[in-house]
Amino acid sequence: MSSIDARPSGATGSDSRPHVAFWNNPKARGVLFQMLLFLAVGFLAYAAASNAIENLQKQKIASGFGFWNNIAGFDIGQRLIPYETTSTYGRAFWVGLLNTLLVAGIGIVLATLLGFVIGIARLSRNWLVAKLATVYVELIRNTPLLLQLLFWYNAVLKALPEVRESLALPGGAFLNTRGLFVPEPVFGAGFSLVLGALGAGFVAHLGIRRWARRRQERTGQRAPVLAIGFGLIVLLPLLVYLLAGQPLSFAYPDLGRFNIRGGVQVYPEFVALLLGLVIYTAAFIAEVVRAGIQAVSKGQTEAAYALGLRPGPTLDLVVIPQAMRVIIPPLTSQYLNLTKNSSLAVAVGYPDLVQVFAGTVLNQTGQAVEVIAITMAVYLTISLATSLIMNWYNARKALVER
Amino acid sequence: MSTEMSSAPPSGTASRAYVRAAAAQVLPPPVATSGLIGWLRTNLFSSPGNTLLTLLALLIAFWIIPGFVRFLITDAVWSGADREACVAKGGVLPGACWAFVKDRLAYFIYGAYPVESRWRADLFFLLGALGIGWLLWLNAPRRDLGLVYFLVVLPLAVYGLLSGRNPLAFLAYPYDLVTGRSVILGLVFAALLFLAGFLVARSEGVRAGRAALFGLAALVILTAAGLAFERLWGAIGLAPVDTARWGGLMVTLVVAGVGIVASLPLGILLALGRRSKLPVIKFFSVLFIEFVRGVPLITVLFMANTMLPLFLPDDITVDKLLRALVGIALFASAYMAEVVRAGLQALPKGQYEGAMAVGLGYWQMMRLIILPQALKVTIPNIVNTYIGLFKDTSLLLIVGIFDFLKAIETARIDPQWAAPTVSATGYAFAAIVYFIFCYGMASYARATERRLSKADKR
Repeated sequence: MSSIDARPSGATGSDSRPHVAFWNNPKARGVLFQMLLFLAVGFLAYAAASNAIENLQKQKIASGFGFWNNIAGFDIGQRLIPYETTSTYGRAFWVGLLNTLLVAGIGIVLATLLGFVIGIARLSRNWLVAKLATVYVELIRNTPLLLQLLFWYNAVLKALPEVRESLALPGGAFLNTRGLFVPEPVFGAGFSLVLGALGAGFVAHLGIRRWARRRQERTGQRAPVLAIGFGLIVLLPLLVYLLAGQPLSFAYPDLGRFNIRGGVQVYPEFVALLLGLVIYTAAFIAEVVRAGIQAVSKGQTEAAYALGLRPGPTLDLVVIPQAMRVIIPPLTSQYLNLTKNSSLAVAVGYPDLVQVFAGTVLNQTGQAVEVIAITMAVYLTISLATSLIMNWYNARKALVER
Repeated sequence: MSTEMSSAPPSGTASRAYVRAAAAQVLPPPVATSGLIGWLRTNLFSSPGNTLLTLLALLIAFWIIPGFVRFLITDAVWSGADREACVAKGGVLPGACWAFVKDRLAYFIYGAYPVESRWRADLFFLLGALGIGWLLWLNAPRRDLGLVYFLVVLPLAVYGLLSGRNPLAFLAYPYDLVTGRSVILGLVFAALLFLAGFLVARSEGVRAGRAALFGLAALVILTAAGLAFERLWGAIGLAPVDTARWGGLMVTLVVAGVGIVASLPLGILLALGRRSKLPVIKFFSVLFIEFVRGVPLITVLFMANTMLPLFLPDDITVDKLLRALVGIALFASAYMAEVVRAGLQALPKGQYEGAMAVGLGYWQMMRLIILPQALKVTIPNIVNTYIGLFKDTSLLLIVGIFDFLKAIETARIDPQWAAPTVSATGYAFAAIVYFIFCYGMASYARATERRLSKADKR
């Protein structure tokens, strides 16, 4: 390097280090580069902001978050909280956000179930089962999610029969081109008691599990935690339900000539989005699960057998805890992917956050900067919160090495 | 001491119970584990539970596969001129309407690209295939040149071919300083060309003073070459085609290609920035990576579409396709950065220390020691990111770019082909095309993984 050119400054100074030109001094260079980057980014941000202000003024678009309390004037099909056309943009934001969370929440649960089944099936010693699971995973992972969503919505759900020729499903549900109609649960007066019993049972189960673990660590005796838990969480609420006089009934949808009355309507957009997200994400979760199980070396199982553990406890105490350590981090990122992918709702018209807020509200107000910033902030909050929880979990579960 | 070692048990020795009097019962031969029957037994019917599983899987297979085969092949309509071919006959719906795909194939591939210029798109496909073949064929001659071709020559050639505009116009910009047409642009590109010559000379070990001469020479020679090429390009005379008329698979491949070419270097820079010891550089890298990875691609595309025009001065308008391209490339580079970072972290610290001990500077260390090793082990993950990028190009249809999926969406609702199975056929075709590209990449990643692990096993 060029620093060879620089000769030691000789005996004149007390500083015996070689005299180096400042652009060859790594420290000075570092400071220079950082200042340059900082200035460049600062200049870009300044230029962007000043241009934006000028352009907005020219186009007579208001800025600031004043639009939040203005009347929206559009309707939203699926809503979890009351909303009318006279509601505000802020209300529309909450409706969209809740719809996003609804589809993401249900999607995560179903995708996890399907993903674990398929992931384990891929490792099955049964050739046919393993091959079927492989075909599923390869087919789904190698086609775009958007294509799958459009397929479910336009080719499958739109092709369902009209209301008059609804498909009757078992349990009093109907399926037609306007969605899935299922019986609506009607909660009687005493139902809160049942919920209370369920909550109490759950808390009691957690307490007993803790106690049993402590006792096992102390004395080595195991308690029938599973059976007690079943009794507390399932049987206790059931008993309360029966004692309170069965305070739950169903309002069945009633098939008319042109319309269906009663029941709960599940919109086809929701069904399409949920189907697409679950099927797509399950393929990725299956791969995560497979990798996690394969990451536990065979020696672990063999050692557990050598100690005299039976296959059940081996799986329970040796394999699964180690596999979970590998599975959980990528599994969480799949959950985040599913949540972010739910924004593709815009393609099938499901009123999620992006479709309602970054779509309709943006078009009506024209306040692109504020609307996009809020939308991104919501997703960023979800992502950052999840990764904070993940870091905490990883720190807790990390292998303790010497 | 017993002298008779049970070689021949003497008769009448009832007291020695452990000596067998009669031959042991002959056991049946062990269950065959080879051959068709044996294979079936070990893989499908090894236990009652396994048999049940097999029957269940067979049930599922028989439920799904015949329907697929019937729809896609046996009941499909292979020829016809319009919707009449694919409507229900005698109350029975036909299968896939391949006649529709055949009729609209050119539309799916080129979109609204002018018919008389489609050979240019074909040439683009050919050049792209050539570049990919050169890079992927391990024993190909001069693979280093292949990389230059793929990263520099190909993008410029494709831009020139498809848009019909001079791809080397920027080389002639410094000449604008002489004519006084556009001073700022001229200055910027003059500085860039000078810097290019200067840095090349420096990296060859030339002293700073002489390197400046090289920079000056590069500036003059490249500008002259740019002017000469401008004449040549005018003589060839390709008709300009606006990007609004680009469409179909062509656009999907252009976007994916640009994303692939741009996201790796950007991702490497971001990953190095994230691992940098300089706090400001590290801060901005982390900020960018975490921000982009935390939001959905669609919001990034919305941002590029609606906010970018606001951020730019009034007189600069950015092409719609270019906006989306920037969005996708930046999005992919954030994911690439994390993949590269994982590779950098997997490298033992001794490699860094060894490189520094030899006296290499930071960039020399990265270029010669660290990155070649780190990138090699991450090739499978890099390709997986590319697969994600390729699938993500389909989101362009939401911001109004005419990509492959948009071509399918437009064609399937065309009244000329309004038949019940046309939508499903269009989607099936799209799925097959996307699958071929993505599965191809995935297979390459797997093969590379196997090749690399073979090297590790020695």
